Amino acid sequence: MHTKSLSELSTALHNGDISSVELTQHYLDRINKYNSELNAFITVAEDHALTQARAADVQLQQKTAGKLTGIPLAHKDIFCTEGLRTSCASKMLDNFIAPYNATVVEKINQAGMVTLGKTNMDEFAMGSSNETSFYGQVQNPWDNQAVPGGSSGGSAAAVAANLAPIATGTDTGGSIRQPASLCNLTGLKPTYGRISRYGMIAFASSLDQAGPMARSAEDAALLLNEMAGFDPRDSTSVEQDVPDYTASLNNSLEGLKIGLPKQYFGEGLDPEVAATVEAAIKTYESLGATIKEITLPNSHLAVPTYYVVAPAECSSNLSRMDGVRFGHRCEDPKDLLDLYQRSRGEGFGEEVKRRIMIGTYALSTGYYDAYYLKAQQCRRLISDDFTQAFNDVDVIMGPTAPTTAFKLGDKKDDPVAMYLADIYTISTNLAGLPGVSIPAGFVNNMPVGLQIIGNYFDEARLLNVAHRYQQITDWHQQSPEPFK
Amino acid sequence: MSLDKTDVEKIAHLARLAIDDADIPNYARDLTTIFGLVEQLSSVDTDNISPMAHPLDAVQRLRPDQVSETDQREQFQAIAPKTEAGVYLVPQVIE
Repeated sequence: MHTKSLSELSTALHNGDISSVELTQHYLDRINKYNSELNAFITVAEDHALTQARAADVQLQQKTAGKLTGIPLAHKDIFCTEGLRTSCASKMLDNFIAPYNATVVEKINQAGMVTLGKTNMDEFAMGSSNETSFYGQVQNPWDNQAVPGGSSGGSAAAVAANLAPIATGTDTGGSIRQPASLCNLTGLKPTYGRISRYGMIAFASSLDQAGPMARSAEDAALLLNEMAGFDPRDSTSVEQDVPDYTASLNNSLEGLKIGLPKQYFGEGLDPEVAATVEAAIKTYESLGATIKEITLPNSHLAVPTYYVVAPAECSSNLSRMDGVRFGHRCEDPKDLLDLYQRSRGEGFGEEVKRRIMIGTYALSTGYYDAYYLKAQQCRRLISDDFTQAFNDVDVIMGPTAPTTAFKLGDKKDDPVAMYLADIYTISTNLAGLPGVSIPAGFVNNMPVGLQIIGNYFDEARLLNVAHRYQQITDWHQQSPEPFK
Repeated sequence: MSLDKTDVEKIAHLARLAIDDADIPNYARDLTTIFGLVEQLSSVDTDNISPMAHPLDAVQRLRPDQVSETDQREQFQAIAPKTEAGVYLVPQVIE
């Protein structure tokens, strides 16, 4: 049951072959069995899930159910869930129960889906290995000594280990795509503004975007249908119609123009990962696509630009965590300054403090022009490269990550080495473009992801391009042996 | 560029973060390395390049100034560390 696609589950539920309560219980049992080892979930919402499942079963019996009614899913613990703890994997929010639902959660509830629980992640989504979580590291289901990637590492591990049919994630610099790559999933970061950020705890507001983490492009399309759309509660939400992302999945790729940026195949890319990704791209020729080399000349600026823009925005966003209105508060503060400093010093972990300090410095008097303004100008250059490239090609392809999953602890004490894990994903966040990572093969039994980047609001095409590949390959159907 | 103990203390103060003295050398080292990475931006020619704050260059949406939210003070304060009579309590600010 736990290897079925969303469409298959939907059919089984609608035909009455299984009830939502039975299906939900099956996943809860798997979570209970495997989570102590994987640590993919921070909170398992057993009662909440079964209540939602019973309601779904009523709808199914009354024939008022939608396509996804009764199907369980997991939410990254960055989405506010009314009545259910939302920790953002931080000690700061260990006791935080949001008084409202994120729009994404609300829309998914409206669709009748069942929330199994909240998944582990890097603290406040800052990390590429899930090792900065207050609740401990997450194991990669493909290798228990390896990281699942981050920051949506818990969502990735949960879906890869078949503890949930699908999950939500968020992506600020690669946090959906990189763990999808490391755990053999299809993970989509939509265009900035496509999905509401309301109730999604903010890290870097001009970069953050939610998306689905799934076992196939078809599943991702089905969940994106529910997640996407305008929301007046998010000032950067875009007023644009949402297509049915499943409608174009089978479109022909005849004549598709694929661009390969030479900068994505240079130094730092593992040769075996390169060969795997190149072979996957070659497959597209048999589907009628043409391939040409392109250049994104400012690619090398993406990581340094990001490490000014993202920390600057996070230092501002996280100033709301001050020990006054919610979250951790220190014992016996002697004055207001002490209350702020100790509540924040105790509540935040190392990496979060590091990034707040980078951002604070970059925004401080005398340095603003040299860092923040300069980075925003470089951001424009990076974005213009893509605009230029999309004059000639329909999609851009390359690796999602420079290596397969690295070992737990390997990069933990070297922040810059960790930041380079997102070298191929960061620039699409800076430009606001959509990108998807899909399973493209294995190196030493570890998954490799192919990244496909599209033009603004071209999610339907990305999913079409991903789906056609998945019709002629079976990489995405591979599951790690212990969790089959 | 190299950041020292004084710089780290100053930044931590601006950020309202209490950090252990023992951790200051590590922060100084890490921040120096990270700003070393960022340093390469300074050699990029960005004359006449307009800064990009928003990926879609959107403008702020306006709406009619109407009451749309209800009073939920009790619900919001239920999760606050310390409240009294509808206000948030902090240590005394004015002597």
